[in-house]
Amino acid sequence: MSLTVTDLRVSYQTLRGEVRALDGVSFTVADGEILGLAGESGCGKTTLGKSLIRLDGRMRHAGGTVELDGRELPIGDDRAMNAFRFREVSLVPQYSMSALNPTRRIGRMVAELLRSRGETLDRAKLETRLGQVGLPREVLDRYPIELSGGMKQRVVMVVSTLLDPSLLIADEITSALDVSTQQAVARALAGFRDAGHVRSMVFITHDLALTARIADTIMVMYAGMLAEKAPAKTMVEQPRHPYTRMLVDALPEVGARHAGRRLTGIAGSPPALLDPPPGCRFRERCPLADDGCAERPPVTEVAPGHHVACWKV
Amino acid sequence: MLTPDMLKLDDVTKTYRVGALGGKAVTAVDRVSFDVRAGEVVSLIGESGSGKSTIGRMVLGLTPVTSGSITVAGAPVRPGRAYYRSVQGVFQDPFSCYNPVFKADRVFRLIKETYHPGVPEDEWAERVRAAVRDVRLNPGEVLGKYPHQLSGGQLQRLLIARALLLDLKLLVADEITSMLDASTRVDVLNLLADLKTRGLAVLYVTHDLALGTYLAERTVVLWRGTVVERGPTEQVFGDPLHPYTRRLLAAVPRLHAPWEDAPEVRSCPYHDVGGTGGLAEATPGHFVACARLSDCRGDVP
Ligand SMILES: Nc1ncnc2c1ncn2[C@@H]1O[C@H](COP(=O)(O)OP(=O)(O)OP(=O)(O)O)[C@@H](O)[C@H]1O
Ligand code: SF4
Ligand SMILES: [Mg+2]
Repeated sequence: MSLTVTDLRVSYQTLRGEVRALDGVSFTVADGEILGLAGESGCGKTTLGKSLIRLDGRMRHAGGTVELDGRELPIGDDRAMNAFRFREVSLVPQYSMSALNPTRRIGRMVAELLRSRGETLDRAKLETRLGQVGLPREVLDRYPIELSGGMKQRVVMVVSTLLDPSLLIADEITSALDVSTQQAVARALAGFRDAGHVRSMVFITHDLALTARIADTIMVMYAGMLAEKAPAKTMVEQPRHPYTRMLVDALPEVGARHAGRRLTGIAGSPPALLDPPPGCRFRERCPLADDGCAERPPVTEVAPGHHVACWKV
Repeated sequence: MLTPDMLKLDDVTKTYRVGALGGKAVTAVDRVSFDVRAGEVVSLIGESGSGKSTIGRMVLGLTPVTSGSITVAGAPVRPGRAYYRSVQGVFQDPFSCYNPVFKADRVFRLIKETYHPGVPEDEWAERVRAAVRDVRLNPGEVLGKYPHQLSGGQLQRLLIARALLLDLKLLVADEITSMLDASTRVDVLNLLADLKTRGLAVLYVTHDLALGTYLAERTVVLWRGTVVERGPTEQVFGDPLHPYTRRLLAAVPRLHAPWEDAPEVRSCPYHDVGGTGGLAEATPGHFVACARLSDCRGDVP
């Protein structure tokens, strides 16, 4: 077992109270597995990713455990986590591309970054890795503005996996890329796993079709909780949770025209996480909801590896 | 019906200076021409770094053109209060657009003070809540929060809501749905479709072909700063001519089918077409270019 998350609870402190962004989430990621994490904006994907590596000042570890390769990660202890960051767990954050310093050449930036982590740059290894994602070593002498989005994203990926972490968390790293670059980046990620540069991966995206192409398993979250987790193929072909089913139906295919058929979204919005209502959090928007749903549905395994949190499955 | 050009780009080029002392020039946008009519959505497709955001920034007057011209409703871009009342942009990276020390409701307050000072308080509050609900957010959940307390998609939608509160004629929407899940995206797209029938012109910048086709009458495909193909959406995607456009179509992730392998493009079949500005008219209104007229050897990306 590579990653085991048990009943993880993380909240944000605000003046108005605690925002319960993760409210008891449990799952595992096996060695060699790519877990695709999907779900509506605000459901807690980034929060989950961050929790595994760095809780920012306003985040509070409210309960639950995270175990990586048999060792418990001290996620509530910022200092103690330093030993794991980058070496055991690495994160490519949302919008990391636009965070590249525009006035520094790529090579210098990488060296500085490594130095700040107390590591020295192994130039030969860096060049080999760049080659593996199809980048010439000359990119190191360029400025960020001279690289296309796909190139920048691959640079960030290479750098964050340079120390061969066990777990890589990639947060929306392809959302700004064109589809052909997206495909190249997604395949490069799978290649890193195949080559053993990282052992397992959490691939965060809002794009179900993309996750379906590269993840082994997909986990869909809703309002801070797990809704469904299943092998990728099962998730897109036989989703069981009402939310996942509606999500799959809302996807436009290329060629669909507004004038032809108006797609429908899911009416309503998720509940506020400041003081979430008890029971199933999808209740207000769920066509199947009844009185029983006023109680929180447990996560049940409906088939091997297929977990669903809904009373009606 | 004859609809006037709301936005017109004519041979627009943008070069940036980079490096120590600005010693190096990078051409981000290279002789780009196209237009958007009132009540029309034109999608501008290309990867990040292909120049599409630069085009958006120039239209909004955030950065000047190096050469060529941009006109909005027949007049040159003139940044200022009057201009921004009718021309607004919503950008991809929502965090960079917000002042981090302003709460969301403060942002809406500024809009009122700047553009709608005469609107009574309670009416304004209701308008804000309606706009926030239009983008599928819960007003009580988001209005009292600072930007860093919101998720990427929540911020993105607040930016759209903000733009909706002005008397918009032209909206530059740069990857506005890139952080949204399928269902929320559909809501936002349907919202744009409704605004379009009310005469709004939208420059819809995206990398997502499915979303582009869903809304747009016409499509412009941008590659490394140049237009490689443009025309009616059905033709550009139904009968893609340029190798880059074909590649894009092949790479669209589909829910139920494995990825097609991008077609091998051995030689670019268009590298000797003539035509003005490097674009040849294949069928009426459908233009295609060689990827790089000057140095094309067939090795398109
Ligand atoms: N610092 C904060 N203080 C209070 N609430 C926060 C804070 N950061 C995030 N939240 C809230 O926590 C919830 C989860 O946010 P998170 O960023 O994890 O969502 P996400 O799934 O990554 O969304 P997206 O797809 O839009 O990036 C949201 O409701 C958000 O408003
Ligand atoms: S538990 Fe009830 S409300 Fe929740 S998803 Fe299932 S049927 Fe719908
Ligand atoms: Mg996020």
